[in-house]
Parts: sequence; C-alpha cells; structure tokens
Amino acid sequence: MIAFPDIAWTALLPALILTATAILALVADLWMEGPDREGLGWIGLVGLAATAITALALWNTRVSTLADTIAVDRYGLFFTLLFCVASGLTLLMSMSYLELTEIKTGDYYALVLFSTLGMVLMASATDLIVIFLGLEVMSVAAYALAGIARGETRSNEAALKYFLLGAFATGFLLFGVALVYGATGSTALPVIAQRLAQLGAEQRVLLTAGIALLIVGFGFKIAAVPFHVWAPDVYEGSPTAVTALMAVGIKAAAFAAFARVFMHTFELFAVDWRSVLWVLSVLTMTVGNVTALLQRNIKRMLAYSSIAHAGYVLVGMVAGGEAGGSALLFYLIGYAFMTLGAFAVVIALGRRGQPNELLDDYAGVGFRSPFLGVAMIIFMLSLAGFPPLVGFMGKFYLFSAAVQSGYVGLAIIGVLNSLVSVYYYAGVLVRMYMVEGTTEVAAPSSRPYLFATLLLTVTATVALGLFPSSLFEVARQSFLALG
Amino acid sequence: MLSFTVFAPLLGVLFLMLMPKEQASALRRGAFVFSLLPFALSLVLLARFDAGNPGMQFAERAPWIPAFGISYSIGVDGMSLFLVLLTTFLMPIVILAGWGDIHARVKEYMVLMLLLETAMLGAFVATDLFLFYVFWEAMLVPMYFIIGVWGGERRIYAALKMVLYTMAGSLLMLVAILALAWTHSQQHGQLTFDLQRLYELSVPLHIQRWLFAAFALAFAIKVPMFPLHTWLPDAHTEAPTGGSVILAGVLLKMGTYGFLRYAIPLFPLAAHEALPIIAALAAAGIVYGALVSMVQPDLKRLVAYSSVSHLGFVMLGMAALNTQGVQGSIYQMLNHGLSTGALFLAVGMIYDRRHTRLIKEFGGLWAPLPVYAAIFMVVMLSSAGLPGLNGFVGEFLILLGAFGVYPTATVVAVSGIVLGAVYLLWMYQRVMFGPLENAANRVLPDLSRREIAVFAPIVVMLFVMGMYPQPFLSRMEPSVQAYVSRVQQRMAAGEKHLQLSARASESRAGRAGQAGPDAQCAPRQSRQSLGTSGRPCTSQLSTVDCRLHPS
Repeated sequence: MIAFPDIAWTALLPALILTATAILALVADLWMEGPDREGLGWIGLVGLAATAITALALWNTRVSTLADTIAVDRYGLFFTLLFCVASGLTLLMSMSYLELTEIKTGDYYALVLFSTLGMVLMASATDLIVIFLGLEVMSVAAYALAGIARGETRSNEAALKYFLLGAFATGFLLFGVALVYGATGSTALPVIAQRLAQLGAEQRVLLTAGIALLIVGFGFKIAAVPFHVWAPDVYEGSPTAVTALMAVGIKAAAFAAFARVFMHTFELFAVDWRSVLWVLSVLTMTVGNVTALLQRNIKRMLAYSSIAHAGYVLVGMVAGGEAGGSALLFYLIGYAFMTLGAFAVVIALGRRGQPNELLDDYAGVGFRSPFLGVAMIIFMLSLAGFPPLVGFMGKFYLFSAAVQSGYVGLAIIGVLNSLVSVYYYAGVLVRMYMVEGTTEVAAPSSRPYLFATLLLTVTATVALGLFPSSLFEVARQSFLALG
Repeated sequence: MLSFTVFAPLLGVLFLMLMPKEQASALRRGAFVFSLLPFALSLVLLARFDAGNPGMQFAERAPWIPAFGISYSIGVDGMSLFLVLLTTFLMPIVILAGWGDIHARVKEYMVLMLLLETAMLGAFVATDLFLFYVFWEAMLVPMYFIIGVWGGERRIYAALKMVLYTMAGSLLMLVAILALAWTHSQQHGQLTFDLQRLYELSVPLHIQRWLFAAFALAFAIKVPMFPLHTWLPDAHTEAPTGGSVILAGVLLKMGTYGFLRYAIPLFPLAAHEALPIIAALAAAGIVYGALVSMVQPDLKRLVAYSSVSHLGFVMLGMAALNTQGVQGSIYQMLNHGLSTGALFLAVGMIYDRRHTRLIKEFGGLWAPLPVYAAIFMVVMLSSAGLPGLNGFVGEFLILLGAFGVYPTATVVAVSGIVLGAVYLLWMYQRVMFGPLENAANRVLPDLSRREIAVFAPIVVMLFVMGMYPQPFLSRMEPSVQAYVSRVQQRMAAGEKHLQLSARASESRAGRAGQAGPDAQCAPRQSRQSLGTSGRPCTSQLSTVDCRLHPS
C-alpha cells in the first residue's frame, strides 16, 4: 500500500481556490448566453482576489507539503501575488478587448486562469518534476490562448510556432532534469543542494550538462537571446491581451523557477554558471534593444523590449545574493505594471477590425486622447528607465546589486542598453505627440474595464517609483525566504 | 519653505490641468501668475539668507529609501542660491514671452514649463546624489517635449539628439554614483548618497579617475564643453523661443553647477589632474565658439554658438579653483542666463514678425524698430562684456582668478573676448544698421507693451549686476571660500598621502616607484607661481613635497 503523504491543505488554499475558479469559469460558460461573457471575467477576478487574499493571509507561514514538492513560503507567495495581479489586469483588459475581436469562446477566461495556476505551481515547486508540471500547465494553456483567435492566420501561426518551439524547449528542460537526477539521484531541490558537495568527477560532468540544458529550457521561457526567436512572431500574432500575459506572467513564472533553482539550489556549485548567465544577459539586452529599434509594429517592438528586459532581470541573477535576488523580484513587479499598461494602451488604440498596431498609427494620438497619451508617456518613460518611475527604481536596484557584487562592466553595459532603448521608446512618443495623424481613438471612458486597467497600472508605475521602499523590503524578505 | 519653493510650480500644473484647453488666454494668465509664486518664494529665501553662513541653509531632510541610505535632503548655499533665483526669475519671463509665439496647445506647453521648473529647482537644491540624479533626469523629459512638439522643422531630430547625448553621459554617471555609494559602504559599512558624507570619503586615486571621468562626461555634455557641444546648436535652433531661453539660461548651468557641486569636490584628486585639461578645453571652446559664431548666417545659431564660448569662461574660472575664479564662474553663469536668454528672446521676437532668422534678410531695422534696437543693443553689449554691464564683472573675475593658474589659457580666453565683441557687433551692425532694403522689414511693428515687459526686468538686472555686484558676490563669498579651501585641502592631503605611500613603495621596491612622484610634481609647477593669490595650501605643500622628492 502506498503511504499517502500528509497534506497541509490550508497552505495550498491559494492554488486550490485558483483551480476551483478556473473550473467554475469553464463550467459557467455553459450558462452564459450570447456574445457578452464579461460575467466570466468577473468570476475570474473574484477568484484571483480570493487567491491573493489567502496568499496574503499565509504570508507568515513556511510549510513544505505534498511530499516536499511544494513550498508555501514568502518566495512562492510573493510570486502568487504577482501572478494574481498580472492575470487580474489581463482579465480586466480582456473584458474590453474581447469585444473588439472575433474571440467568442468562454474558454478564454478559463485558460487564462489555468495558465495562472501553472505559474503559481512553478513558483512554489521545490521539485524539478513539479516545476516541469507547472511549466506544462502554464504553457499548454498559453499555446491554446495564442491561437484562440481562430479566424486569424496570424494567431494560428503564433500558436503553432509557440507550441512547436515550446515543446522542443521543454524537451531540453526535461532532459536537463534527467541529467541532474542522474548526477545527484534526486529531483528534490533541497536534496540536490545537499548532495552537490559530495559529487564525484563523473557526476559533476553530468550535472554540468544538466545545468546547461536547464538554462536552455528556462532561457526559452524567459525569451533570452539566443532562445528568443519565437517571441516576436508569437507576441505579434497572439491576441494582444494574451501577449501581455505572456510578456509578464509567463516570463515572471519562468524567472521564479529559474531563480529558485539557480540562485538557491545551485548557488554554490563550483561550475561557473554565472559567467554563462553574464553572457546571456549581455546578449539578451543588446540584441533585444538593438532589434527593437528596427520594428514598425508596436507589438513586435514591445516583444523585443520584453526580451531586453529579461536581460536586465538576468543582471540580478548574475549579481546574486540578497541584493541581486531582491532586485530581481522588485523588477519583475515593476515590469509587470508598466508592460501590462503599455499593452493596455495598444488595445485602447485598436478598433473593431482595425487593430492599429503599426507605430505609424500612433501619429498624433497623444493630443487627441490626452489620457491615453499621458499613460503611454508614463509607461514608455518607465520602460526606458526615467526617474522617478518604477522602471528606473528597478534598474537602480539591479545595477546597484551588480556594482555591489563587482560586476561594474555588466552595469555599464546595462545602462548603455537603456540608452539604446530610449531611442525606440521615445520613438513612440515622437509619433504620438510630434507627428500629425488621423487615427481615430475611442474615448477611454467608453471602455470602462480598459480605463480601469490603465488607471491601476499608471498609479502603480508612478507610486512604486516614488515610494519603492516598502515593496523592496517585501521583495527582500521574500527572497530571503529561499534560504 | 525650500520644498515649497521647489514644488510650488506643481500647484500651477494642477491648476492648469483642471482648466479647459480652449481658453488659451486664461491658461496663459494662469501660468504666468503661478510662475510668479515660486519667484516670490525664492525672494523670501533671498531675504532670509544668512550671508555669513557658508553651509547649507533652509536644509530639509527626510528618509526616502532608508535601506539604501537615500534621503530627500535639500538645502541652499551661496553657490546655489542665485541659480535658484535665476530659474524662478526667468520662468515668468519665458511664460510671458510664450504668450506671443505659442498658439497651439497652450495648456500642454505651460504645464511642461512648470514641470520643468520644479525639476530644475530640485536639481539645484538637492544635497543627496540620488535625489539630484532623479531631478537631473526628470528635467530632460519636459524639455524633450518642448523642443519636439513646439520646435521648428527638424525638431524631432534635435529633441532626440539632445536626449540621447545627455542620457549617454548621465547613465554612466549613475553607475559612478552607485560605485561611489558602495565604496562608502565598504569603508564605513553603510550605504549613503548623502553629499556631505560622500565629500568626506577618501576614494583611491585610480577609482577616482574613473568616477570623475563618468561625472565629468555627464556634466561636460550638458555644459556643453568643446568638443561635446554638437547637440546644442541643433537643440537651440529648433526649440521654441521659451525653450531656448530656458535651455541656455538654466539647463546649461546644470552642467557647470554639476562640476562645481559634484564632480570636483567629490573627486578632488582626479579633479586636480583633470583641471588643466578642463582649462585647456575651456579656452579652446571660447575661441572655437566665437569663431563659429562669426560665420553663422542664422541669428539663433549665432547665439547658440556664443553659448559655447561663454560657458568656456565659466569652466575656466571654475578650473582655476580660487575664490575669484569660482565666484566669477558663478557670476558668469547668472550673466549668461540673463544675457543669452535675452538674446534668444530678441531673436524670437524678430522671428515672430518676419518668420526668418537669416541675418542677410535684415538690415536697417533701427528705423522701424527703435525700441527693439535699443534693447537689443544693451543685451548684446552685456553679452560682449562691456564694462558697466554684468558680463564684464564675471569675465573680469574669471580672468583675474585664472591668470595666475593657467596663464596661457587665460591669454587665449582674452582673445576670445575680442572675438566675442567682433561677432556680436558685426551681427548687430548687419541687422540694425545700413540701408533698409528689404520691403518686408519696413512695415514691422515695434515691440508691444507685453514684449517690453518681457525685457524690462532682464535689462534692469543687467545694469544692476554690472554696476553693483557686491550684494551678489558677498552672499556667494563665504560658501565659495569654504568650498575652495575644502577642495584645496583635500587635494593637498590626498597628494601627501599618495606621496607617502609612493615613497613607502619606493623604499620597498627600490627604483620601481620613481615614476610616480615624478609625474605628480610636473603638472603642479605652473601653479606654484601663484603662492599669494588664493591657493596657499596646495602651492606651499606641493613645493615642499617636490623638494622632498627630487626627481
């Protein structure tokens, strides 16, 4: 008879509530008549709020459960909250966005929630196999979401590309897990960490190969160069709200697992994975930013920009330690708000059957729609790293950690990359304010959900930039919970 | 009180935001009234300023990001007081001038101007490096939009060029700021961005060189020092009149002020090595700016290049690092703000009337525009440094201070004054005198009452500062003296330390250390001659040091 492990049910509440909400959304779809499915969105929002509240209530717990495969600690809870915010804002903008599109299936909301569940699992898992499971739950839902605009070729193409390359990358990850298991005899992160010190020479080679493959697998999900080639096509083709979720939620989830495995478990492993990440970081920042300069489609530009931002976050991983880890967590939060906001503006400019996604469609929009204009100024400046916005504070913490750990060169490359990025972020503003154009824009108040999304993201981008201290302290505590 | 002055323009922003954008004239008046508020507050600061106190006054401090030792800390001393006043003084003038030439999107323009004012004031009063950086970068955004939206034909290019140039320098400065703060943390176990505490930090020379280079690059681009000036003529030419005035009047001062407040006192040893280079570049900039001005066909470009020349003087005085030089340097910052600002206003007014700025289009304007010509003449003469007007006082002090330290550079700079008179007078002659040939010029209306009101306060100040500089200089003096002696002492102490350690390594490693003290003695020799005129510490100490280490 198999011994059934003790399960700390209360500690699992956030994940359970999320699962229940996702299933509820799936079932409730049957009773939702007509094209208007905002009700599902509300179900999702309430569920995410409940998840977030339970996560907050659990803030002081520190439990390892389900045979030590899931850790409910501040690190996991921090990310759970981040995913709730990211998915919540995605749902909110989707409720306005779906009206503009041909997407008429209620599965949309359920898929977003399932994907979020996968993210939560990934961030809380302390076993490589469970990380893999979380990744798959998240990704499979995301593959489906990418192609959910069935009538559109772009969307189909995005789904297929994402799925094929994603499956390929998952293979790398899984193979990496297998090699790590071969070297250490376990997939549980705490056990692996313990055995690192006693490895023989052959096992070390095996483990090194495993680590390399893990980097490839995670690198794909965070869209680090050279594993990024899928990102622009997928971001461009997917429905915009889904793109926002990919750029923010999926990336953050991959970073959550990536950082847990590398900054904690493998932290002291003699193989110098840091210099690999150093190279990866520099490549990612530089290629992302330079390629973004050439884009004419704003979603594509934001895709490359999100690649570049993954490079900045990698700086935090390279810097390591308390400073690097806390900076990484802080940055992901800040990045979530400004990127979601930017995508919300992209959605706001779209009209039915006319997505207005080319940069030239933005000509003159700033003065015609002052609210959207100011919002976009704030997001673009924050992404470019202008003070006193959250993007600047995030970079400040990251580069400060890098300088502290002696990676001054990396910090310099980082700031020079910010300089490059100013050019294309400012390019958006140039079009919005300095070029005349004819794009008609619907008044933001006619789409209340989108308006709310923008209001929330703008507020967070400004407020967290002006008063970053408490969030940074939370991020620090969360990161320390790993130890 | 000081905080209120800095953030008072934001009240205006709030007020303007709430007003409907159609009522242009109400918006203009509102902006003007609200720009008077910070000016009034800064006058109160001036009245309450204790001239005998060299330290920071009206200081305020509140923790901002305590985990990183960052605080919101501000204060004014004799070096920044008048720059604050210059900012608050110019802003109402610029807004009043904007009544005439800003017709589209008045609301946005006024809002950006007021935002810019807060950022500029914040950068002048910040006494925390991080806070300074925040304001420093924040300045860029409103200026970017002011040039990019209301500028001339190539405005987008000019605006982006300005932002990218400035950012290139300032981002490297950010890394240097971080490195400095972490050095403090390594030595004292605590991160801090507090300026006073960082002043006292002793950073090893090889690190100082790098950090100074990063700071100096950021500030030199902003000044702009030759040869980093290429963004300036573009930005000036394309900017609307108000933008040019603020750019020349205040933003460029941010670079020179940065040298004065940050780059030099934070890294005295590296600065000591670099000051001769700065002086040489300043002299080169003075002559280059003047020569290029001379051949400009476009009035605005001419004035823009004259800025390069004038700011060369500011840098030269600062590099002298004695009381006269630094005082002259600050005085010249104010002068340049007023006279170049006024020149841009004058060019803007003629452009409003004729929609061209080409000198060859004009000639004989004296006849149809007598008032304009008179005001233009005063402003032009002030810019040329005519005794009795303000420019003379600043230039004189700078030359006085610099001559003992950098005689060659000073001689070159004097030739720059002559050239300055040449291009200004020649420009004036071509525009105002001669036959009135162009028919379009015959019907030009003279200045309106509003336009006279725009010039009046500046012209008054030009005379006041030219005839009676004492109230200004006496308020600067204690701070400047304290600054000079502190930096000189730090330089001397640092050198002594360096030479002691060099001697120690010399005695350990035999002849290996020879090159060190030898090289350090050489550049100092030019300054030993100074002895009596304001560099007592360094000159004497270094004499002793050099004797101790015959090369």
